[in-house]
Amino acid sequence: MGFVPNTDEDRQEMLKAIGVSSFEELISDIPEEIRLKEDLKLPEPLSEYEVLKELQSISEKNLDLNHAISFLGGGAYDHFIPSAVFTIISRSEFYTAYTPYQAEVSQGTLQAIYEYQSMICRLTGMDVANASMYDGGSALAEAVLLALGYTGRNEVVIAGPVNPNYLTVVRTYTHPRRANVKLTKFDSGVCDIDDLKAKITDQTACVVVQQPNFFGNIEDVFEIEKLTHSKGALFIVAIDPISLGILVPPGEYGADIVIGEGQSLGIPLSFGGPYLGIFATKEFLIRKIPGRLSGVTIDRNGERGFTLTLQTREQHIRREKATSNICTNQGLMMLAATVYMALMGKQGLREVATLCLQKSHYLAEQISKIDGFKLKYNQPFFKEFVVQTPIPASKIKEKLQAKKILPGIDLSKFSGYGDGLLIAVTEKRTKKEMDLFVEELKSL
Amino acid sequence: MQFPENLKYTKEHEWIRVEDNSIGVVGITEYAQSELGDIVYVELPQIGKVVKQLESFGTIEAVKTVADLFAPVSGEIIEVNEKLKSSPELINKDPYGEGWIIKIKIKDLNELNNLLSAEDYRKLIGK
Repeated sequence: MGFVPNTDEDRQEMLKAIGVSSFEELISDIPEEIRLKEDLKLPEPLSEYEVLKELQSISEKNLDLNHAISFLGGGAYDHFIPSAVFTIISRSEFYTAYTPYQAEVSQGTLQAIYEYQSMICRLTGMDVANASMYDGGSALAEAVLLALGYTGRNEVVIAGPVNPNYLTVVRTYTHPRRANVKLTKFDSGVCDIDDLKAKITDQTACVVVQQPNFFGNIEDVFEIEKLTHSKGALFIVAIDPISLGILVPPGEYGADIVIGEGQSLGIPLSFGGPYLGIFATKEFLIRKIPGRLSGVTIDRNGERGFTLTLQTREQHIRREKATSNICTNQGLMMLAATVYMALMGKQGLREVATLCLQKSHYLAEQISKIDGFKLKYNQPFFKEFVVQTPIPASKIKEKLQAKKILPGIDLSKFSGYGDGLLIAVTEKRTKKEMDLFVEELKSL
Repeated sequence: MQFPENLKYTKEHEWIRVEDNSIGVVGITEYAQSELGDIVYVELPQIGKVVKQLESFGTIEAVKTVADLFAPVSGEIIEVNEKLKSSPELINKDPYGEGWIIKIKIKDLNELNNLLSAEDYRKLIGK
């Protein structure tokens, strides 16, 4: 950001232009008693070099992933990002704060969106994907809004443990519509099917399941699909795109809407954002999809061209009758995901997924051999699992963080999700790192 | 522009033709289709849906806009024009014939008195 200094003379000129005689007059609406009477107590000015040095030393207080071993997950994962991703997305043709959608000037961007949409459809087994949304949470909230609008019903059933942060966003978005969001039990670490049966009614707009779920466990999506559609509700599946390297794509088990957090696809953790919301549906919902869609057409010279399409769904045309009020996408993150998927290919994605599966099972086995530690749930899992610990997870976090190991998420910070340590293992974790983690746990 | 005398019209540009004193055939007027331009999609209601007079029963999508479709009378929707699913342009070509949209079982014939005659409708749109 540019620094624009101003002199006493400049200030006088500005005050004059506004039509006040002094700065005090300008702020006369602010109550006297809360105004600062004396000068700000600032330290003496520093030279540019001194400022840089100071900021550097402050930034070194951060524990970053070049200097720590992370087993954190819960929706944001430390996957490897090939260098080509950043090289391509930083090209000046793409690197912009605002996605330019005009077909006349943006064929490259529109084609990238089109390729992204095509890849997401292939990955999820769905018919149509949008140009992306803000993140997994907002994508789920939009999916729920779509279901409420499409079915004209008012109940939302959350089957099994779904990311609690996503549910907070869902509640925020659906609050003005007074939707009734119901949660099923998940005592065994997955959706309690009997409880789900009792909670789905003919007023249920949609059933939401996360696969793998928030604890990393694999849900019986086939059974949940049957129950959902038997009452005419829409079936929404929240996915981890990496898991689709080895898991059955939701399109093949009857999902009507698939959403997901796309951060795993070549996007850095960066303190929680910007991330990427994946959103895909079956064809019958094409006119209800939120956000942008890029389409391919033939121009008058017979050349292939790209343009935004089906825009009559959107807020600026349908106004208050639109099913969604979002008219943008997460352009640069979408491009990162596209480059990542293109680089990895089908085989690469399968290898990443297989490594996550194998390594997480190795670590789970080692940890469960430690006295007092055991796996909380006896369920098949993908790359995350919950461990029951002999001392509170918050204490473990504190102790291991000092040794530059981030041991996982303390589940007790989410109400209703029980306690324990949620541990994620990506393809980046080596045997040495995992063995070190196990040794540290043993010595607690 | 044609506005047949035997039809009744809404201010929202739908027409209704009464058959057998109980069934209403509903479409949009020639004026409406020319204002919308090329029609690319019609969102048809479920058969069996019950609507109230001037309640929306579906939408009609042209290249640049989408408009709601309003029921001229209250009743139950008993048939939809299946041909519109693959050929929505029938509404542009033949708005009062092949371009009909739904058939509705009229609940109360008196509601027809709330609708416009061909002459009133012409006045409304200034044609």
